[in-house]
Amino acid sequence: MLTILFDGIAYGMILFVLAVGLSVTLGVMNVINLAHGTFAMVGGYAGVVLVNRWGVPFLAALPLVALVAAAVGLLLERTLYVHVYAKSHLDQVLFTIGLVFVSVSVVSWAAGSQVVFIQLPEFLRTRFTVFGASIGAYRLLIIVICGVLALVLQGVLARTRFGARLRAAVDDPVVARGMGIDVARLFMVMFAVGSGLAGLGGALGAEILGLDPSFPLKFMVYLLIVLTVGGGSSITGPFCAALLLGIADVAGKYYLPSVGAFVIYSVMLAVLLVRPQGLFAPR
Amino acid sequence: MISRRTILAAGLVAVLAAPAVAQTPFKVGLILPMTGQSQSTGKQIEAAVKLYIAQNGDTVAGRKIEVIVRDDAGVADTTKRQAQELIVRDKVGALAGFGLTPLAMATAPLASQAKVPMIVMAAATSIIPNQSPFIVRSSQVLPQTAVAMAQWAAENGIKSAVTLVSDYAPGIDAETWFVKRFKELGGEVKESLRTPLASPDFAPVLQRAADAKPQAMFVFVPSGQGAAVAKQFAERGLDKSGIRLIGTGDVTDDDQLNGMGDAMLGVVTSGHYSASHPSAANKAFVAAFKAANPGMRPNFMAVAGYDGMHMLYEALRKAGGTADGEALVAAMKGMSFESPRGPVLIDAETRDVVHNIYIRRVERVDGELYNTEFATISMLKDPAKAAPKP
Amino acid sequence: MTVGAATAVLARAGRWRWPEVVFWVAAGASWFVLPEQHLLLNEICILGLFTLSLDLVLGFAGIISLGHAAFFGCGAYIAGMLARAGYGDPVLGLVAGGVGAGVLGFATAFLVLRGSDLTRLMVTLSVSLVLFELANRLTFLTGGADGLQGMAVGAVLGRFEFDIFGAVAHAYSLVVLFVLFVAIRWIMASPFGVSVRAVKGNRLRAAAIGIPVNARLVGIYALAALYAGVAGALLAQTTQFVSLDVLAFHRSAEVMLTLVIGGTGMLYGGLVGAILFKVAQDTLSNLTPEYWQFWLGLIFVALVVVGRERVFGWPAALWARVRGR
Repeated sequence: MLTILFDGIAYGMILFVLAVGLSVTLGVMNVINLAHGTFAMVGGYAGVVLVNRWGVPFLAALPLVALVAAAVGLLLERTLYVHVYAKSHLDQVLFTIGLVFVSVSVVSWAAGSQVVFIQLPEFLRTRFTVFGASIGAYRLLIIVICGVLALVLQGVLARTRFGARLRAAVDDPVVARGMGIDVARLFMVMFAVGSGLAGLGGALGAEILGLDPSFPLKFMVYLLIVLTVGGGSSITGPFCAALLLGIADVAGKYYLPSVGAFVIYSVMLAVLLVRPQGLFAPR
Repeated sequence: MISRRTILAAGLVAVLAAPAVAQTPFKVGLILPMTGQSQSTGKQIEAAVKLYIAQNGDTVAGRKIEVIVRDDAGVADTTKRQAQELIVRDKVGALAGFGLTPLAMATAPLASQAKVPMIVMAAATSIIPNQSPFIVRSSQVLPQTAVAMAQWAAENGIKSAVTLVSDYAPGIDAETWFVKRFKELGGEVKESLRTPLASPDFAPVLQRAADAKPQAMFVFVPSGQGAAVAKQFAERGLDKSGIRLIGTGDVTDDDQLNGMGDAMLGVVTSGHYSASHPSAANKAFVAAFKAANPGMRPNFMAVAGYDGMHMLYEALRKAGGTADGEALVAAMKGMSFESPRGPVLIDAETRDVVHNIYIRRVERVDGELYNTEFATISMLKDPAKAAPKP
Repeated sequence: MTVGAATAVLARAGRWRWPEVVFWVAAGASWFVLPEQHLLLNEICILGLFTLSLDLVLGFAGIISLGHAAFFGCGAYIAGMLARAGYGDPVLGLVAGGVGAGVLGFATAFLVLRGSDLTRLMVTLSVSLVLFELANRLTFLTGGADGLQGMAVGAVLGRFEFDIFGAVAHAYSLVVLFVLFVAIRWIMASPFGVSVRAVKGNRLRAAAIGIPVNARLVGIYALAALYAGVAGALLAQTTQFVSLDVLAFHRSAEVMLTLVIGGTGMLYGGLVGAILFKVAQDTLSNLTPEYWQFWLGLIFVALVVVGRERVFGWPAALWARVRGR
């Protein structure tokens, strides 16, 4: 039972890292970005290439993967997304779905449609027994990394000047601009950071979630659910929501395999009915 | 009263038409999943079909063979649409391929309606040939391998097992027949678990299987997913906890075996084809396949594609180049030949494949992982069809 | 403007224009003139009906739905299950499929009434995903991943059996499409339809003049679901097969593109879009679905970046001229 709890937490952590970048574009910049999963996929496949083909050690590859995904995010943001900020939501939906289709086909053509794995180093493939529960080293690593990231993000947001400027830009972009804060640049940086985090999540999650070209389509839903339940534009909201959903999903599939996949959708629909703005939204 | 001119004209037409008919190419509609989850199946079969034609020429009984490859991405609606277009617009003389059971089932009524032979080169559920009198199978039937595995397990000290299969027709076939034979031989099946075909998430279900603490876990998943199961099996430490992984050959697919790593060493499976099968015909087949497709090793899908073309060629020779669908199917019934997998017989009654089932163990040979055969069950018929009707 | 003049303007909009007559005569003629293309034309009719139904939701009610395939699939499965259970009469299956989907639409309509665009997107998407999972799991009902086997669809009106060339199927779909189109055209020109358009234009103002906004939205959503269900039933009956693919996400995405190409809010946009989309897909059909998805995605991206109004301004202008404004 503890193993399932542990697995659920690990799963939830990955969802969090994937979703936090989306909370930036969605909640803050008000752009419906359904293509967020693409950056995760880019990160995942970058991991495959770095670790499997070029022999880069796994732990060293993780920050590199985040950089690659951030770079791709930045590129797309400057060239394509800028055109879409002012457009209607329907246009944004069409645009980002189009991006997903293109990226899925390109990766599929380049790497084939089968599921790929990143070769983990030996020390990450061991398991320990803690309090009678069997725990994998890899999942432990995920929880540690994502937990630290969550703390760092929260710290930056709450305690640094940069974080203060960010919160100002989120609360009221017009006034923030009036005060001399370069809102456009802030948003650009946030987009890149969000994409980088997604890439990291993709690489970390490849082992657990399975990495294949249809990754963006499969997980887009889960990410949107995390955001909808958690409420956009904060760190704690998606964090708690991701954990809740991760545990619910894994536990559901274990104890009630016939109902498994419905748990997540039902939770989301229920939350939307009661609190359409999300469980943890400020208002 | 038929005038002399008419007779002359008719004779002229007949004389001119005869070679024209012989000249019309015989088109084969090859519908395969070239993209999507089952992509490896499509690539293997296409490569094998091309190899056969390259080795045996593209003219049989005076007719040129033209293969039209269409991708259905493993979606049954698409398969049906492609089949319909191939029949109505391209006027094919035979359909072939069918990477998954639902794809074959969807197309069966079309084959019957249009009287076109349908050579199933991958799908493995028992009831497929029953769907249409025009279906002939060259691949395998899951109850064969499931029963063989149950038998070996019971005879080798395995007393309890858990089954884990994909929730669609071949998976259910495998589960039903493994459980049946295993229980008949005194074994205990602790749990029968199923995982959805469309979105396989093996972690929770593997955990559940492990918690039941069986001596062995019998697995069937379609050939693209075997690697994922093996990975997660090892990752959860199940291999070290004393649970043996057994299954049908689909799990240790030759094409993906090397990528699965040493976690697979010692895994025992039952299958009808291994790339290391020690026969001259197979060695030649594997060498030619590797030469034409660098980096690819032929698996059981490829051998079915290869044999399927062989069956078509032989049928055309036997029935004559102008043969229609019914004649071709009749020519294939009862056909027996030597395939790279071993001897093959197409059952005259059921139009299904009868061949040897081998019990194999994964071993490292010359630096690569292979399924080494160590026991043989000869010419096993499909037990599901042979079973007395209730 | 007096009440009489206003009524006259609205009444004029409801009358048939000659380009519309030409369109439908050409559609009917296609059955005789293009006997090799029955299969393709049948698919165009079905997609046209499906896109028309999305137009009601997206173009007229302004709700962005990413899960419209839910109603399509619902209708398809109902018709399929009926045919499997021995009730093979096509018209019965059509009605059952449409009504069933309409009920589903009515039941889920309240979910899309409130919340932002994103919430509605999420809700519609999840409804279709839940339905997909349901169909995946309830194998005894739907056949699950194997698809619905054993459908025995009867002859249309007891006389015309479905043939392999699709001639009967094409005629059947075309007639159904025409009948339903005439119906919806009449509905949208009626007070109900006009009030729906008012709601889309400005919700607050519409409520202020006494239009029951929520009732209208629920009504149009359920109607759209019914139409989508009929389209799904048509697909099931003419192909005699139903699989999980009818509920797949790509169907919702493709129908959205089809509508956008043809133009929203014009009723005919859905039909024109369906013709363009299917013809394009057919000519490129020798490419694998992978490459098709690539080009589809690229078109989406290009359309938005270049600007939909710039690319498709002309159909809207054309339509305005057709309607005599």
